[in-house]
Amino acid sequence: MMSKLKSDRPLYRFNGGVHPPGYKEQSTREPIAIAPLPQRLIVPLHQSIGGTPRPLVKPGDRVLKGQLIGAADGWISSTVHAPTSGIVRDIALHVQPHPSGLSALSVLIDVDGKEEWSERNPPDYASLTPDDIRRLIQQAGIVGLGGAVFPTHGKLTPSAKFPMEDLVINGGECEPYMTCDDMIMRERAEGIVRGAAIFRDLMQPKRVMIAIEDNKPEAIAAMRAAVQAVGEPFEVVPVPTLYPAGCAKQLIRVLTGKEVPVSRRSTDLGAQCFNVATAYSAWRAVCFGEPMISRVVTLTGNVGRAHNVEALFGTPIEELIALAEPKPDTDGILVGGPMMGFLAPDTAAPIVKSTNCLIAHSPDLFPPRAPEMPCIRCGECARVCPQDLQPYELYRFARARNFGKAQEYHLFDCIECGSCAYVCSSHIPLVHYFLFAKSEIWAREREKKAADQARDRFQAKQKREEREKAEKAEKLAKAAAAQAAKKAAEAANLGALDPEAAKKAAIAAAQERAQAQRAAAQPKNTEALTAGQQQEIAEIDARRAQAGVDHPESSS
Amino acid sequence: MLAAIAIMALIAVFLGAVLGYASIRFKVEGDPLVDKIDALLPQTQCGQCGYPGCRPYAEAIAKGEADINLCPPGGEEGVAKLADLLGREAKPLDAEERPPQVARIDENICIGCTLCIQACPVDAIVGAAKQMHTVVASVCTGCELCLPSCPVECISMQPIPESIDTWKWKYPVVQLQEATRKAA
Repeated sequence: MMSKLKSDRPLYRFNGGVHPPGYKEQSTREPIAIAPLPQRLIVPLHQSIGGTPRPLVKPGDRVLKGQLIGAADGWISSTVHAPTSGIVRDIALHVQPHPSGLSALSVLIDVDGKEEWSERNPPDYASLTPDDIRRLIQQAGIVGLGGAVFPTHGKLTPSAKFPMEDLVINGGECEPYMTCDDMIMRERAEGIVRGAAIFRDLMQPKRVMIAIEDNKPEAIAAMRAAVQAVGEPFEVVPVPTLYPAGCAKQLIRVLTGKEVPVSRRSTDLGAQCFNVATAYSAWRAVCFGEPMISRVVTLTGNVGRAHNVEALFGTPIEELIALAEPKPDTDGILVGGPMMGFLAPDTAAPIVKSTNCLIAHSPDLFPPRAPEMPCIRCGECARVCPQDLQPYELYRFARARNFGKAQEYHLFDCIECGSCAYVCSSHIPLVHYFLFAKSEIWAREREKKAADQARDRFQAKQKREEREKAEKAEKLAKAAAAQAAKKAAEAANLGALDPEAAKKAAIAAAQERAQAQRAAAQPKNTEALTAGQQQEIAEIDARRAQAGVDHPESSS
Repeated sequence: MLAAIAIMALIAVFLGAVLGYASIRFKVEGDPLVDKIDALLPQTQCGQCGYPGCRPYAEAIAKGEADINLCPPGGEEGVAKLADLLGREAKPLDAEERPPQVARIDENICIGCTLCIQACPVDAIVGAAKQMHTVVASVCTGCELCLPSCPVECISMQPIPESIDTWKWKYPVVQLQEATRKAA
């Protein structure tokens, strides 16, 4: 058994990493269950990185399962679909599964329980061009299910400059408690392999590796069997269990030895990484026309029945965790894993595409953090940092609000994995400090951008006003000059006569002009008359003459 | 003796010529300090500092005519940044700090007089004569200059609520209470 868990290919190491206890067995005892339909779904429009999808439905509309309800806003943006059939009750702000506890625009759907699908036209895969497939994947709302929710179609274009070498299918799942990827690999291995084949067709890599941490022997066996059954030349690679080996950058490092540098994408190094659940969803979308409307969520922690469920997006957290029968001393719900997750500020929030795990929180399971002590600069955090950063320096600068310096120490390379805070002997919530510094820097950048825009617009307005003023002045000057020239000419004409005569001449000229104008003016409706109308006029005129009435024209 | 004086004089003339040339060749247009100060100001162009726009205020600061604590939209942080740049002592803001806001036109009341369009320093109001006007919220700086121009008082300022995209992580607070409770 152990020899099967060893990889044939040479593996590399990333710096640091930690070994938190796994707690994964409890939620892998049952197969993936299907969550019952909730009464009401809250489907947030913005569930992925990129632009916010535009709502396509109105309150009162009936929607079908899989119907598009949010259209992509730009290329790096994904779509949102109705998870089941029902009536749109409202499009309103609703609390989100986000550490802020703030609300965002969501489509509220009253579920009718009929599960009526909208049209699914599975396309003929062989006839699709790569661009068609990318568009199809965007239209199906496929985003990375590993937690970062980056729109998948945006990652499926190979770099023009660098040949694609390694396609990594990520079954690492290094967070404690989480088993959704493990279970999906055990139960839906064939779908994952077929999804990986779609990615392979698009990216044309030299190798496809399915990487799985070696604490999941069942998943490794299932994936190996599926690869053989489908007959793809994919390699299932067991990797040593070490948190955070499931992060894309670390996994690529372990498999290929390539280090993704600052602010570069892994495609520039010829490597790309997709989560196993993403591959499965892509297969369902491309070969069955099913958009992404549900995902597997691990329900675990302080519960009586830890297991995985396939849940529709928009299911409220409280309804979903109730399926796992939380124990009475549960005092909160952790969204995500214990290392990178956060306590849900409001359990009425729905689960979204990024929600991979719900953990019932209890003081026994997660004892309150010991009070923060001063940093003694022991350097333990730097030893475990998988990104080769110096968290103690970052902490020093973030704490002092010295954000420029924090950026110099590569704050934005931090992947917020929490390894540093996990080992900190002074119990400093290091990641919290880094998140604080990052969001402050982003806010400043937004302000700077807004100020630059306002400055440009203000200057543009000033320039325009000056130009308009100049144009007006020029026009006035021209008119004045013309007037002066005319006067001069008239004066030259009449210069010989005395001013009294000139005035008289001017009056006479004006009278003449008026006369000419009057003569030129004709009744407008008496032109182009038919013979009949002409005759009628003649008759009327004759009657008028008889009656002794003057012709209106001759009277004036 | 004469030769030495001549050499010194020649060197002086030569260096003087070099300096004279350099002052023409490398002449700095405008005042770079004004640009630096202007870059720190929030560019709302609101005139609350008493100067007609951010740049005139920056010029006044550079000349030493204006104090650095007159910009309410910049807030205390803006004062601190200016103090940092100019090497002056930071002072408390000489006005109330103002949360971000955006102008909103009540379209039922607007008579389409175009006065607010002329008043807006950043062209954030669109509309035409006798047509309804509206504010382009994404470019509005919330300067309030349109408020006095409206003859029917249909413009109001709305605070911009925090959204998930603009939400900031709070500074981690050391839990002193818990620590003392443990110790007790």
